[in-house]
Amino acid sequence: MSAISAPGRAVHPSDRHGVALSTSGLVKTFGSTRALDGLDLSVAIGEVHGFLGPNGSGKTTTIRVLLGLLRADAGQAVLLGGDPWRDAVALHRRLAYVPGDVSLWPKLSGGEIIDVFGRLRRDLDPVRRDELLERFELDPTKKARTYSKGNRQKVALVAALASSAELLILDEPTSGLDPLMEAVFQDCIREVKATGRTVLLSSHILAEVEALCDRVSIIRAGQTVQSGTLTDLRHLTRTSIDVQTAQAPTGLAALPGVHDVRIDDHRARFDVDSSHLDGATRHLAELGVRSLTSQPPTLEELFLRHYGDELAHEPELAAR
Amino acid sequence: MSELAGTTTLIRFILRRDRVRILVWVGAIAALVVLTAASVKGLYPTQADLDEAAAATHDNAGAIAFNGPDQALDTIGGQVAFQVGTIGLIAVALMSTFMAGRETRAEEEAGRLDLVRAMAVGRHAPAAAALIVVAGMNLVLGALVMLGLLGLDLPAAGAFAFGVSFIALGLVFAGVATLAAQVTENTRVAYGMSGGMLGVAFVLRAVGDIGDGTLSWFSPIGWAQKARPFAGERWWPLLIAAGCTVGLLAGAVALTTHRDVGAGLVPPRPGPSRAVPSLGRPLGLAFRLQRGSVIGWSVALFITGIAYGSIANDVEDFVGDNETIQDVVAPSGGASLTDSYLSRSLLIAALIATGYAISSALRLRSEETALHAEPVLATPISRRRWAASQLAITLAGSVVVLTASGLGTGLAYGLAAGDLGQVPRLVGAALTYTPAVLVLVGLATALFGLVPRAVLVPWGLLAACFIVGMLGEVLDLPAWIEDLSPFEQTPLLPGDDLAVVPLAVLAAVAAALTLAGLAGFRRRDVG
Repeated sequence: MSAISAPGRAVHPSDRHGVALSTSGLVKTFGSTRALDGLDLSVAIGEVHGFLGPNGSGKTTTIRVLLGLLRADAGQAVLLGGDPWRDAVALHRRLAYVPGDVSLWPKLSGGEIIDVFGRLRRDLDPVRRDELLERFELDPTKKARTYSKGNRQKVALVAALASSAELLILDEPTSGLDPLMEAVFQDCIREVKATGRTVLLSSHILAEVEALCDRVSIIRAGQTVQSGTLTDLRHLTRTSIDVQTAQAPTGLAALPGVHDVRIDDHRARFDVDSSHLDGATRHLAELGVRSLTSQPPTLEELFLRHYGDELAHEPELAAR
Repeated sequence: MSELAGTTTLIRFILRRDRVRILVWVGAIAALVVLTAASVKGLYPTQADLDEAAAATHDNAGAIAFNGPDQALDTIGGQVAFQVGTIGLIAVALMSTFMAGRETRAEEEAGRLDLVRAMAVGRHAPAAAALIVVAGMNLVLGALVMLGLLGLDLPAAGAFAFGVSFIALGLVFAGVATLAAQVTENTRVAYGMSGGMLGVAFVLRAVGDIGDGTLSWFSPIGWAQKARPFAGERWWPLLIAAGCTVGLLAGAVALTTHRDVGAGLVPPRPGPSRAVPSLGRPLGLAFRLQRGSVIGWSVALFITGIAYGSIANDVEDFVGDNETIQDVVAPSGGASLTDSYLSRSLLIAALIATGYAISSALRLRSEETALHAEPVLATPISRRRWAASQLAITLAGSVVVLTASGLGTGLAYGLAAGDLGQVPRLVGAALTYTPAVLVLVGLATALFGLVPRAVLVPWGLLAACFIVGMLGEVLDLPAWIEDLSPFEQTPLLPGDDLAVVPLAVLAAVAAALTLAGLAGFRRRDVG
């Protein structure tokens, strides 16, 4: 899968119809653990918003606060114009949710569970449900006990995508899906977006976020560390290149945006900022490319590179 | 033995993880038995007291059906075995069932066995480790019982036989639970199978003991009692128990070898691709999730009721004209001996039914910790409605289960006595326990809403109610402690007068506790 695709349009809350959800200074502690430490988040109506962060950074806690399952200790959260804790029931009529850890009633079939959620929300579209079952290649007659992790995730996805909810909250919805299903998922999200609905997509798969999201918020240790359009954050992304060239690969280190060059005879390995990919590939073409693989870096690597200085005083993270 | 690689590590892990649970089971049962024995000693200070008690019990079919065979009841040891033997044996069987099930099928159902088996651990090691721990619990318990009785100056051979009979029965049910865990994929169903076996064992020996004793030979509890502790010990019946254990374990080993991890014997069938309309409401969903357990508990209590009801007609015949027995066994005013027996049956049935009610109410918590509640609460279903739907099924299920016990008792007794008017009478009597059952439901709900970490407490309270109900007189507990049990506040029907006020008070307490729990749940974090 290519991480390089058309960048999302820059959509700011102010120049669209309004804000679908926002938090400011959100704090949530569990005992001595500070899961959220003043988290700010703003998602505009109609956008697909990527919610990024390493494991344990507070993505799920934020989502559970937004769903009114957890009560924040401090700070404010506004969801679809209401208070997520106080107005939970009314707000839940307008949203659909895919949990990060999908746990289903073992003795019900997948089809039954999809219907249960659709009817509890009262907005199940049976035609769309069947169409989604087909696209995700999910057998609805199997008991949930027998589903694999990916298939359990598909049940939750079909249940959410078959709804007409104006806001979708998806917590790492594709962590168990194979690449084919990942593509189906991305198509579905584009369709949702085309109908003007809002999506909050928590993920740590950067390629997925790049392919789908208009704007991105990156959090770490319960705080927002970066928020903006993908173009704004483009400088964050680097592609790892592993290339065999006909001539000795020289001059790479001098190119703008190229980092960590390692030369081994006619093989070169280096990272390049996505915004300078063009210059690097042009240079490689002149050297004569024999083979080339490219790989977008993981989010964790990005974090360590961009926040290394900040992390230095946090031994447990810096130790990685 | 690569099949058993890693067993010692797993044993240490189980001991570490469940150290509190293990200590509570073993300590509580040993304390119950030894304290009851001490109390029995105080109840009958002279041989004349013992002779009187033995004469009163001799022809009392009701007491024999509940407590066990009439063996050397004119000795302290015989009385100890009679008063606490059956209850202690049942407690041991439950301990083995829940511990063995917890360490085998529950781990597998939760998917943790995959992790364990992926390491350098043999195919049979997890089950072997579980069995060794459970067997060890039984050995320690048996030894504690034996030492406790020796400390009370009871005859050594009898104390030894009594302790060993506990171990023997505990091992049989460790085998039953291990086998059940291989047959089904579902831990609850596995517990139901073992619990059903225990019920059958209890009823077989009850019917056998008041008859010619033949049926008792088909019951593991019967084998333990046929060892005749304090009544001329016989060792060979315990060999039957040992052989049975070996057979059950061999069966379990054979099944483990032939099936996949995570699977049971019965492959899952496909389900419907669409949900019936009722599933789309919280109440319908709660009903569907609990339907199986309501049916299972109802059938079990119906059958138990039939067994006890069919004995009822014999109680009066057994006693005949013996007026002293009438006085001793039917202390509650003008109640007939039969009614007194029936009311005791229904009390036990109500206590068992409370087991259903607590497990049903605590589904609130298990649904929450299993992450099933979270996506439901993310739909426009309020917390109160979700919890109230679950509890509505608990309430209705409790009524159904109690009705089943009254129905079974009433049908069997009514047919034997030629008086089907007993059916509504005994169903009504069984249902008077509804408020008492709901008090424990209310407690479970209150803990769920306010102190979710303490949701196991209602099980301890149910055990306490059992002890008060079964052994209150033998233990000579202070009246105020007995009065704390909601079952002591319920009139003993049939026989007693129907007192409405205490029932109304119990219902009000249950309602207040439930509302407190629901209010607490609305204010706390989910998860």
